Amino acid sequence: MAADSLIGVTETAITYLDHAASAPMRPEAIEAIMPFLTGNYANPSGSHRFARRTRQAIDEARDQVAVVIGCRPNEVVFTGCGTESDNTAISGAVARRGGVAVCSAAEHPAVLQVVEHLGGRVVGVDASGRIDLEQLASTLAAEDNVAIVSVMAVNNEVGTITDLAEVGKIVRRHAPGALLHTDAVQAVCWLDLRQVTPEVDLLSLSAHKFGGPKGVGILIERGGPQIEPLIIGGGQERERRSGTQNTAGIVATAVALELTDRERESEAIRLSELRDRLVAGLQRQIEGIVETVVPDRKVAGSAHVCIAGVESEALLYLLDEANVCASAASACASGAMEPSHVLAAMGVDRGVALGALRLTLGYTTTESDIDRAIEVIDSAVRKLKR
Amino acid sequence: MKVMCAMSGGVDSSVAALLLKRAGHDVVGVTMKLWGGDSDTGCCSVSDVDDARRVAQQLGIDHLVFNFADDFNEHVVAPYVDSHARGLTPNPCIECNRSVKFARLAERAELLGFDAVATGHHARVGQTGAGGYTLERGADAAKDQSYVVHMLDQAQLARTMFPVGGIQKSEVRELAAEIGLRTADKPDSQDVCFITSTAGRTTFLGERIPFRPGRVVDTDGLHVGDVASVEMVTVGQRKGLGLSGGGPKRYVVDVDMDTQVVTIGNEDQLLGPGMNVGSVTWVDEPVSGPVLVQCSAHGESRVAVIRSTGVDGDTVIDVQWDEPQRRIAPGQSVVFYDLADTRVLGGGTAL
Repeated sequence: MAADSLIGVTETAITYLDHAASAPMRPEAIEAIMPFLTGNYANPSGSHRFARRTRQAIDEARDQVAVVIGCRPNEVVFTGCGTESDNTAISGAVARRGGVAVCSAAEHPAVLQVVEHLGGRVVGVDASGRIDLEQLASTLAAEDNVAIVSVMAVNNEVGTITDLAEVGKIVRRHAPGALLHTDAVQAVCWLDLRQVTPEVDLLSLSAHKFGGPKGVGILIERGGPQIEPLIIGGGQERERRSGTQNTAGIVATAVALELTDRERESEAIRLSELRDRLVAGLQRQIEGIVETVVPDRKVAGSAHVCIAGVESEALLYLLDEANVCASAASACASGAMEPSHVLAAMGVDRGVALGALRLTLGYTTTESDIDRAIEVIDSAVRKLKR
Repeated sequence: MKVMCAMSGGVDSSVAALLLKRAGHDVVGVTMKLWGGDSDTGCCSVSDVDDARRVAQQLGIDHLVFNFADDFNEHVVAPYVDSHARGLTPNPCIECNRSVKFARLAERAELLGFDAVATGHHARVGQTGAGGYTLERGADAAKDQSYVVHMLDQAQLARTMFPVGGIQKSEVRELAAEIGLRTADKPDSQDVCFITSTAGRTTFLGERIPFRPGRVVDTDGLHVGDVASVEMVTVGQRKGLGLSGGGPKRYVVDVDMDTQVVTIGNEDQLLGPGMNVGSVTWVDEPVSGPVLVQCSAHGESRVAVIRSTGVDGDTVIDVQWDEPQRRIAPGQSVVFYDLADTRVLGGGTAL
């Protein structure tokens, strides 16, 4: 691949194990995006033939997306990012229906902070990060009016999969009027969304997590308008989300999503083997390393470990120095690493959580990436523990 | 050398990084996130981190953010609050240097393979012929910060750099302006970084410790006023004592936390012959005899004779002024300089 002058290294020299933060854009998506950046600039809401062509591109993209997600095209709303999709779902549900929002303590801040901001209820999780179903039931039963329950399909830090069918049963039993939303941003590469979507009313996605561009999110709103829009104005996206559509990004998103779906099953097999090889390699080399969640509870591409006696910030510096891209918890506005709220919710000791390391694999990950990562992480940990 | 430069987002540390880069060092800039609460100065706000990162980008060096908020709270904020509760007047910037910058950050730098930690302090590290190090005042007398880094010992000085310590503050700003650093005309930081100017010290402490009212008496024991909190009264203070106006200037000469009595007196009654200093550190070997003693960041240094006395096994330094000086509030840092007033010898905390 071409040298990237901004980061000063060739991409092939980088061992990129941070797919959950952002995946490299798929070449096919880049190819699809270009005509709309270089030539076809018309506003899709325009009334001339030039505009009709961009409009058609968006309509086709919407059809493609609907097939992969397992919904009708008119249930697909293109937004500006995953966070916007989450915000719209929760704020929009509360605005339309009144009542409280409820989510799990392990949600992404795009959900958790919104629920807290709206004075909602936060339900605990178990040691794997799965929502506590009994607590969810009692929380819902105690509320007169629940607007929305939001439970992520796959946790962004530790990779744990939620059984949304189980969650859905509890919501229907204890808060029959509530909407069920899922942040499925981390699910796309690993789960068949056609199985997930029927369990929920609202579902959020983010294009750059599966090889699409940054700046495109998707919100699935099933069965007609359920919520108030967050962004109002010109009435684009059938008045669910105003603002001129990002035609180029939407077209590329559909291409990336279709490819991801097509390769999903084989990639899940390939990458779970690589993930297991990575974790086993680290466990063989490094003392005091614990895999945070057992493999059968999480998605194939997620390796999350805690290393005793090592601080993530220091470890990540040494990995970065050796061109290995990984992460720990989420960063705050200043860029400082914050202790993970997910690990805290799971009951992981704060001292242990300080040694968290998240390695996430994706479609570009190779066997040599894994072997190199094991070697680099091992030598970094040795340096830090000496 | 591989140097980790602590960058607060201010002009001094920006230029420190610039000078290190120009000197050919392999420099990485680090901004410490120290405080999660409100802040309007210092090292913790997002816009300060933005400034530091942007300067690092302009200089072409890597920039990292380290989260030392737990350490800062444990070693700086909590002791600051606790000291006030005990009637002391602490200097949190010095505790931050002692426990965070030149301890936590320096340890991490060493762990990550750096040869030295640099900061933007106006102070100088010199070398003795015998392979030792000296800690000296910064070249700009008005901006000298040797007082706040007085706790550095030989091992620390061997791994510490103060790139702007040898130049004037005006040159620092000129250098920054020359290459268009965005921090060139940024005002110097003031006061305590974790306390906002709008909320103030009283609000900050009031949220954390119970305030107890105090009786203000004169040296004859006559009740002359009242204060809302003895915790907020400092020896040497003149204002905010609930006194009727007029008459000669009156100062707090003593605060008795147990009986909640604040004693005031005239300037003469504030004067004392000396004091005891505890928690002493030395730059090199312990010193006794005549020295210069400085008791605030930009205060004057005065001649005194110091000698070591043992009290309950702890070393305490007895300071006897050449001529009587105003009493120093317990908790303040007291720093010893050589008689030429250039080298730091050591320092401690007024008892």
